[in-house]
Amino acid sequence: MQTPAPVEYERAASVDDAIALLERHGPEARLIAGGHSLLPMMKLRLARPDVLIDINDLAEELAYVRIDGDDLCIGAMTRHRELLESPVAGEHYRILHDAERVIADPVVRNRGTVGGSICQADPSEDLSAVFATLGARAVIRSSSGTRVVAMDDFHLGAYTTAVGPAEILLEVRVPIRTGCGSAYEKVERRAGDWAVVAVGALVCLDGDRITDAGVGLAAVGAEHFRSPAAEEILRGAEPSEATFDAAAVAASADCDPQSDQRGPADYKRHLAGELTRRALRRATARARGQEG
Amino acid sequence: MQVTMTVNGDEVAREIEPRLLLVHFIREELGLTGTHWGCDTSNCGTCVVWMDDEPVKSCTVLAAMAHGHRIRTVEDLERAGGLDPVQQGFMDEHGLQCGFCTPGMMMTARWLLDRDPDPDEATIREAISGQICRCTGYENIVRAVRWAAEHPATSEVHA
Amino acid sequence: MTTIEEPPAPTPMGFGRMKRKEDVRFIRGKGHYVDDVVLPGMLHGAVLRSTYAHARIVRIDTSAAEAHPKVRAVITGATLETLGLAWMPSLSHDVVAVLATDKVRFQGQEVAFVVADDHYSARDALELIEVEYEPLPPVMDARRALEPDAPVIRDDVQGKTDNHIFDWDAGDEAATDAAFAAADVVVSQDMLYPRVHPAPMETCGAVADMDPVSGKLTIWCGTQAPHAHRTLYALVAGLPEHKIRVISPDIGGGFGNKVGIYPGYVCAIVGSIVTKRPVKWMEDRSENLMSTSFARDYHMHGEIAATNDGKITALRVKVLADHGAFNNTAQPTKFPAGFFHIFTGSYDLQAAHCEVTGVYTNKAPGGVAYACSFRVTEAAYLVERMVDCLADEMGMDPAELRLKNLLKPEQFPYTCPTGWEYDSGDYPRALRLALEMAGYDDLRKEQADKRTRGELMGIGISFFTETVGAGPRKHMDILGLGMADGAEVRVHPTGKAVVRLSCQSQGQGHETTFAQIVAQELGISPDDIDVVHGDTDNTPFGLGTYGSRSTPVSGAAVAVASRRVRDKAKIVASAMLEVAVDDLEWEKGRWFVKGDPAAGKTIQEIALASHGSLELPEGVEGHLDASCVYDPPNLTYPFGAYICVVDVDPGTGQVKVRRFIAVDDCGPRINPMIVEGQIHGGLADGVGMALMEVIAFDEDGNCLGGSFMDYLLPTALECPSWEVGQTVTPSPHHPLGVKGVGESATVGSPAAVVNAVLDAIGVRHADMPLTPAQVWRTMQGSPFRTDLAIE
Repeated sequence: MQTPAPVEYERAASVDDAIALLERHGPEARLIAGGHSLLPMMKLRLARPDVLIDINDLAEELAYVRIDGDDLCIGAMTRHRELLESPVAGEHYRILHDAERVIADPVVRNRGTVGGSICQADPSEDLSAVFATLGARAVIRSSSGTRVVAMDDFHLGAYTTAVGPAEILLEVRVPIRTGCGSAYEKVERRAGDWAVVAVGALVCLDGDRITDAGVGLAAVGAEHFRSPAAEEILRGAEPSEATFDAAAVAASADCDPQSDQRGPADYKRHLAGELTRRALRRATARARGQEG
Repeated sequence: MQVTMTVNGDEVAREIEPRLLLVHFIREELGLTGTHWGCDTSNCGTCVVWMDDEPVKSCTVLAAMAHGHRIRTVEDLERAGGLDPVQQGFMDEHGLQCGFCTPGMMMTARWLLDRDPDPDEATIREAISGQICRCTGYENIVRAVRWAAEHPATSEVHA
Repeated sequence: MTTIEEPPAPTPMGFGRMKRKEDVRFIRGKGHYVDDVVLPGMLHGAVLRSTYAHARIVRIDTSAAEAHPKVRAVITGATLETLGLAWMPSLSHDVVAVLATDKVRFQGQEVAFVVADDHYSARDALELIEVEYEPLPPVMDARRALEPDAPVIRDDVQGKTDNHIFDWDAGDEAATDAAFAAADVVVSQDMLYPRVHPAPMETCGAVADMDPVSGKLTIWCGTQAPHAHRTLYALVAGLPEHKIRVISPDIGGGFGNKVGIYPGYVCAIVGSIVTKRPVKWMEDRSENLMSTSFARDYHMHGEIAATNDGKITALRVKVLADHGAFNNTAQPTKFPAGFFHIFTGSYDLQAAHCEVTGVYTNKAPGGVAYACSFRVTEAAYLVERMVDCLADEMGMDPAELRLKNLLKPEQFPYTCPTGWEYDSGDYPRALRLALEMAGYDDLRKEQADKRTRGELMGIGISFFTETVGAGPRKHMDILGLGMADGAEVRVHPTGKAVVRLSCQSQGQGHETTFAQIVAQELGISPDDIDVVHGDTDNTPFGLGTYGSRSTPVSGAAVAVASRRVRDKAKIVASAMLEVAVDDLEWEKGRWFVKGDPAAGKTIQEIALASHGSLELPEGVEGHLDASCVYDPPNLTYPFGAYICVVDVDPGTGQVKVRRFIAVDDCGPRINPMIVEGQIHGGLADGVGMALMEVIAFDEDGNCLGGSFMDYLLPTALECPSWEVGQTVTPSPHHPLGVKGVGESATVGSPAAVVNAVLDAIGVRHADMPLTPAQVWRTMQGSPFRTDLAIE
């Protein structure tokens, strides 16, 4: 089978140790957590880091899903399965479970991490769209301190994030809202495949008025995995089919899908709208407590 | 570099290249060839072993990352008490043909049953959905896991 | 969920459900596959492959790779040229480059071979080889291959000025034209059976060990045809055949992918000769998908003719067959399109005609692989789609149209318009059973109800006739080797037995099935019978396992050899009992005196006596063994009726296979459990091909299906719980009446799935795979070419 090129290996004992190792080894060092994005690239020899810094021992520090103040906090080393099975995650944001259920496959989810997925920043990556939907913030640390960036500032483009060469993502913080529902809709060619298109929706209701909304888009080239135009339509509107249709039209215009073997651009654009409509319906039903 | 880990209950230590994949460590360094490999992209699941009591794809873990951890392979399914019910189920229900995906399937099945002793068909299908079988069309794999659920081990091995 | 059955009864003395003998090792992880072979001093090889689909090789610089401290040899086409091994014969009377010398002709073609101390170092050294290419325009679309200005791919062939390989036809063209002229209704349809790949879970590989002292070459290789490989190695490399031993250990799936000889095998042999040490070569998954035998790639134009009341009268098809860069399909010499001319399928037609044109393109070679029964898959797909197109045109129910046109039981043996002689069948019975199992009428009602609510549900039917078990040898050979297979049965003095086979299991359970055949014939428990296969030094010659031929051919050989043993045992028994041979009667496991059942000898007693000092009748040599080379008098014709039920999401185009009903008739079932398992696997293949599997290429020649991220195989979540049924129509010419089943479901199922999806969306045709995108686009009236990059 394919094999990685020679590489050095270090194991970080703590977050600070990981940062120190990154600084010592320079920009050709890479953190490795679950390894399910990086190792296949290394086997293809498309990624050739000089040094791998294994941060799996940081799980005690960085694997958690918990409430901290007004935020739901998800540690970067949280494995996908842990997030999928986290009651507190599901209690606040069903979208997290919707998405985790369709990320890769169960065995990969045992190993792959939340932080690894969003730092890979694949344009089809599900959690990036989920966190964009939820208006989450990323907490990033370097030797000079900790900074918090909004998701819009976290995603800088395909495979590029705000996490610098000597920085480490600590956690993702999602503001807890009341009266909200969320949902994730994904079309894939087959179970475990990357999204053809996926859409996340957040709907916060005050009676018959949408007070806040999020629409996240994966795999359609949406800037920062979001559709601000759709969100704009939703805010303040009635949660009706007409509103959802308008948001769907906006979302499908608010992206730049590329044709590939998962489908032609026109189909993806159609899906962006169709899945937006579906995700909004489900999110709204959940906000109203109408869907279990 | 030197790695030490527990494989099927035995501590093993080897001098390896840091880039060595766990699947190669198991197969080539330890000669445990029951664990197979079938792709390069973590899609096929023929390489599934347990790492600290959870199934992982050993083609996507470096042996170095398993240092200090516990690994369990198909060779450890049969214990003094006899065959694991999963093994018996695969045989009784014809859950295998060429046998290549079988070790990985059985390791996942055992894990599933440890967590959920009475899984329904949909749960079983979901549990093995990251593992490809080209021979069986999955039907008899599902039946094999159900067989194991209905014939739990009488020994304490899997208690 | 099907109910769990209780553990099977004790081992049957012959046919019946029994657990597989081979499973005792597989469930313990003790299978022994080629990558498990480790020899003292073994080195590791890796292949450098072309990044271009079509390019001239200007220069290859291997010096840096050779300087790598762990590299033992670097072999290029130039090295092989000095040995006369740069090219090898293909299985279809063409040549295949072992390592490219002049040009590369597909992306992934073998360019150089590195032998190193370990696998990782070999891969490192590949990166140190510099190849300078002069890119040439590639031909990636079969429909462009014959255009006058198309680049000529095979300029290695003297005088070759185009990309044409062959034209071939079958049937009566004039009679077909006449039938079409007289028809009330004619429907035509273009359809593509796209390039797919067998993709067994174990990739291809070999360990070659040339003993420099004895000159004996031993090759461990997961081959479906060990004896054919040995003979071909002898012919290719000029090595004496008795100095070659091919050992095929456990095989992690074959499906046709492991029939041919790949350049990597030859390179491993050369590597062993050069380094005087064993050399292992295992391809990775991308190498498997990009370079080894693909299947299909048939561009078909079908036409079907019928009367106004729905009687099908004729069928006509023109095929453009994409064979890739070398014509290396593994099929009988006389049949360049395999058995495609069984495309008249299961119907009673007046006339039929097919024309097939084979072309070269800048894609990997192959063409017959993936459980296709020598292209019966393409044939069955074509006719079953055309029948549905006709039903659509005439507004007829597809089940009714089929029942109206299926061959009737009294027509067998039946000679079809293209010359095949179908051995036996009761087709309407199988289809009626399938319809009944499906609850067809209720399904149609449900479908109508759902349509009124905007829900899309589809029901697809496919009826297939297979032709398997090649030979007969006078009509069928591969590179001159007749398709007959040997078997040897020997009963040991204590009454245990060994049977030696020429064919080779890739998961089909030969160690069990063939023991059961001997058990059935001799009354020795299958547990007491060892099945030896996969080692040319220890088994009789034969062409191997593919085309569903193991049971039809080797199964017959074993049955005949066992009967010869039984006949010999009768003579021995007559001596033991001091009665005339004619006075003896057989019951399973025992010869006894007619009219005196207590006076008899068991096969075990006879075995001991035949090895002892008993005086034997004149002409009887003692011991208890026999052999047979079975030359089938005809092929066998398994058939079946399949029904698929799907739900289609109108907003996304996603297809869910809800149910799949499969009624198979493969004659008597030796081990029903194994037969059902074979069918299950083939049905999953059908779902895969219909919905997700394809190897497409972009216009620059890049393979777009080169990993399991891109070449999708069905998981447990895409497969329904299969509902299988059976009818039993024995083959009149096979000693056991059995017909073979290995490929039936792969042949029959894709059309059922496609027919179901198209039924759901109400569109006459769209090409596989029916991915969500393709289904949605089809609903919009603009399906895309699935064999090219999606634009």
